[in-house]
Amino acid sequence: MEAATESIRPFLAIIVSMLAIPLIVASGEKRPNLREAWTLIAATIKAGLVFSMLPAVLAGETFTCRLLEISPGVALELEADPLGMIFAIVASTLWLLTSFYSIGYVRGAGEHKQTRYFASFALCLSATIGISFAANLLTFFVFFETLTLATYPLVLHKETEEAKAGARKYLCYTLPAGLALLTAIAITWGLAGTMDFRAGGILNGSMATTGQLRILFVLFILGVGVKAGLMPIHSWLPAAMVAPTPVSALLHAVAVVKAGVFGVLRVTGFVFGPELLGDLGTGTALAWIAGITLTMASLLAMKQDNLKRRLAYSTVGHLSYIVLGAALINAWSWTGATLHLMFHATMKITLFFCAGAIYVRTHKVNISDMVGIGRQMPFTMTAFAIGSLGLAGIPGINGFVSKWGLASGAVAAEQPIFLGLLVLSGILNAAYFFPIVHQAFFKQNDAFPRLGEASPLMVAPLCVTAALSLLLGVAPNIGIHAWELANLTARAVTGGAI
Amino acid sequence: MIESTLPIGVPLLLLGGAIVTVGAGLVRRSAAWPITLVVLVLSALVSVRQLLVVLAEGPLTHRLGGWPPPIGIEFAVDGLSAFVTSVVVVIALLVLLYARDAVRRETPEEEVPFFALLQVLLLGLTGMVLTGDLFNLYVFFEISSLAGYALVGLGSREAPVSAFRYLLLGSLGASFYLMGVGYLYVLTGSLNMADVASILPGLIGNPTLTIAMTMMVAGLSLKMALFPLHGWLPDAYTYASSTATAVIAPIMTKVSAYVLIRVLFFVCDPALRATIPVGSTVAWLAATGIVVGSVMAIAQSDVKRMLAYSSVAQVAYIGVGIGLGTPFALIGATLHILSHATMKSCLFLVTGSVQLQTGRRSLHSYEGLGRVMPWTFAGFTLAALAMIGIPPTAGFFSKWYLVLGGINAGEWPIVLIVVASSLLTAGYFFRLMEKIYANPSPSLKANDPGMLARISIMALGAGVLVLGVANFWFVGEVLQPALPATLRLTGM
Amino acid sequence: MIDLFIGRWPYVLTVVLMLIGLYGMLVKENFLKKLIGMNIFQSAIILFFIVHAFKWGATVPVYDHHLGDAVEAYINPIPHGLMLTAIVVSVATTGVGLALLVRIYRAFGTLEEPQVLERMQSRNRS
Repeated sequence: MEAATESIRPFLAIIVSMLAIPLIVASGEKRPNLREAWTLIAATIKAGLVFSMLPAVLAGETFTCRLLEISPGVALELEADPLGMIFAIVASTLWLLTSFYSIGYVRGAGEHKQTRYFASFALCLSATIGISFAANLLTFFVFFETLTLATYPLVLHKETEEAKAGARKYLCYTLPAGLALLTAIAITWGLAGTMDFRAGGILNGSMATTGQLRILFVLFILGVGVKAGLMPIHSWLPAAMVAPTPVSALLHAVAVVKAGVFGVLRVTGFVFGPELLGDLGTGTALAWIAGITLTMASLLAMKQDNLKRRLAYSTVGHLSYIVLGAALINAWSWTGATLHLMFHATMKITLFFCAGAIYVRTHKVNISDMVGIGRQMPFTMTAFAIGSLGLAGIPGINGFVSKWGLASGAVAAEQPIFLGLLVLSGILNAAYFFPIVHQAFFKQNDAFPRLGEASPLMVAPLCVTAALSLLLGVAPNIGIHAWELANLTARAVTGGAI
Repeated sequence: MIESTLPIGVPLLLLGGAIVTVGAGLVRRSAAWPITLVVLVLSALVSVRQLLVVLAEGPLTHRLGGWPPPIGIEFAVDGLSAFVTSVVVVIALLVLLYARDAVRRETPEEEVPFFALLQVLLLGLTGMVLTGDLFNLYVFFEISSLAGYALVGLGSREAPVSAFRYLLLGSLGASFYLMGVGYLYVLTGSLNMADVASILPGLIGNPTLTIAMTMMVAGLSLKMALFPLHGWLPDAYTYASSTATAVIAPIMTKVSAYVLIRVLFFVCDPALRATIPVGSTVAWLAATGIVVGSVMAIAQSDVKRMLAYSSVAQVAYIGVGIGLGTPFALIGATLHILSHATMKSCLFLVTGSVQLQTGRRSLHSYEGLGRVMPWTFAGFTLAALAMIGIPPTAGFFSKWYLVLGGINAGEWPIVLIVVASSLLTAGYFFRLMEKIYANPSPSLKANDPGMLARISIMALGAGVLVLGVANFWFVGEVLQPALPATLRLTGM
Repeated sequence: MIDLFIGRWPYVLTVVLMLIGLYGMLVKENFLKKLIGMNIFQSAIILFFIVHAFKWGATVPVYDHHLGDAVEAYINPIPHGLMLTAIVVSVATTGVGLALLVRIYRAFGTLEEPQVLERMQSRNRS
């Protein structure tokens, strides 16, 4: 088993961006440079703290931090295990990049209430890191709900009728989901007598009847599945795209939706466990839901002309890849799912960054208006091409690696139908992304005004994420040892090895 | 039981304070507030000291006039009563900070009576909590009620009407309680709570006992505004002055809830409770009350009235906890006494400030206020989130314990209601928040209220968060030792 | 059925009084009459206690050398003491109620509930 070390580092990683909030608010609209400095400092420290734990976690250690008890026998407890590390690395790295990008975006687009924007952003990141390091269900729930709430002002940001409707819809989906999760947690505690996440699960078949456990599973999936964008409870996600692009980029491609799929991973792997899921048959049921979602979402994406909405549906589809991996729950599928959690983030955030850069520069939101834009903004559109190729699963880009894991998982689970769905979805991905790239580069559009690239603050981050996608595609184990981390958690959860 | 004069300290201070306030007020009207402040600060110190002593050394007792119980009247303080006393006094103290400017502007003619009555109200409430005698409790019950009617009546032009109705219903409730005590006295020949508790087990199965308990519970439920006896509350809260509402709403109903706990769980023992169907009736009525109160709150267009109906729902949470009567449910109920007192006083202080600053009170007119009164609405937001039950605020944890209690008791429909009611609460609070923050209203001229009011609003808002994060300290250190041994969590 | 009432007629009487009071409080439309109803209701409860404390052939609870320590020869003083307090409470409640009625009358010029409500609403509308 892994050795656990008491350390305050996971807690510091959470609290650092929370501490930045009063500083951000105090700096206010009058001193924007100071305000943004606080954001960047907090983001850097956070990423540093997370990365400082990486070597030890790779060596099989975990860091735990037990704070106040908040319910009898249950404390606010944090644990940096390999799965949590994967999510924390994704969130903290991309926050840093998004912070640069945000500064360029909100200034470029002249957004109002920037202080509230940056403050909410910081709170969201605290919550996200909290979710990734939560050691038990109640801690997870506390941060999960905090995230819901901290995102609300960001979705509402533009304060137009459309934004209000989107924010309302967001709450209408996430609040009931939170309550389902709460009920499920309370029941689990009654059954298992513990709320700790344990690789391999804390529930077993002798604790309740099969029917009761199935209902419990449904409650859990309702709770985390809304954020994971599972159909038919996904429709808040396209509606929330009304938010400013960096919000969509970080929150709706990385933090919020990934918190949802991360929750699915925690529930299947750490609460129920592979054995019980197999006995209940709920794993297969969930896999089917994911399979249908990823096909349907790709089909729906094709119909969208608004670029951000198309990306939103693409996100819905790719989240279900991860859910599929969590549901099939064998060593290959789990590796693929956790890798996709990370790799999808780098690719999708690239695409959102591009969409934002195009918007700031040209105020175009519809794909049909973006003909010939590749010549105006070559860096942006090249990055876009890399991201979309990766999402379609072209070898050489990181999306291929994680998809390979998932596909092998489908084979290992002896469910070739899901292999078929994955391949089909890859083709559909290509079908809805390639036309954008094609018309951007290979079609002339003389009516387009000569504008050039957006500010370097925006272009640099998107080039970095595109480069990361390429790098991780060629050498998935480079730098942060993503492959190894994914293997570690897969071995812990499923007991099998690749 | 340790003999001590601490238990009578708070009521005596408040009694003296009320008399001095009236006397000094005859000379100088502006003296009323400082005197009340001094009295409440002293009372708060005494009550906290009392709580610490009780936690360290065990229950205290004081015999009034030296007469030994059960003949004489006894003031008995255990963990629970010390806790509730502290809650009452501290919340009142925070509201008092706000009251200085508000009372002077809202009811300038009645400044002296207002502060004197405020102390009489608190005298009655703390007396109810501290006494160990069932009839003495009735007397304090009426003292607090009479002061309450008068305070409510000091508000707007409509206030006397709602105060009068409150008086009729309140007297009816008190009379029911008195009848219950009468029957209990007929049965046991004693009025001392501890004495009655030791006699009652021999009377299990006596039908008169059921009548007595039902009458007492009905009387207390009325004062607690438990559905369906909540009819007096919305009007009384809506028309009273903002300070009166901010004092009465958070603590008056809570003290009645405390007495209900005292009667059902300290005077009655478990075997006896099992023979009387009071618990499940209270639980179900309260669960209905949660739904009715929340739905009515959604239907209101006046913010103060909306909060009043939300009080009906929130008090019903306490009712659910009392009705279920399992260890977790009781923790939920007692914790909710504290958390709801904190968040509701904060919310009413904010509506009061808005009314004083802008004269606005309808839901619609709150548009854009978040921008011009940022501190006030920061407190409001925290309290509102707690009302909805968002972790890690205090409101979340009291509901969490109620849910655990409901699951333990196997009452799934009640669990469902408690959980789903959060959505109703979210419905009316987010509707308001959207208006406050997202609808700009450029012509608006208003500021945060003065420093004192701002301090009290911010302190209550921060308290909601602190109480949530540190809730288990309260549960483990204060609430658990305060409950009867059979109703504690095992292994604590 | 008759047995239930024989020998208990004072209790029956208090219940009747109580119902009269309740009727006045709930049905009468004049606020003053409601207040009178409340007084009747409270009196009924006071009587209930007194009736309970009554004993045939017993005397006032003041120590009498002829009777000595024979407890059954005295009536129970506690309910009487309690009811003295209750009467004080009832008087105070009536006082507060009357004070409120004065304020209502000053504000609305009537004590009839329907009119008062009507005037409250018309003011809110204007």
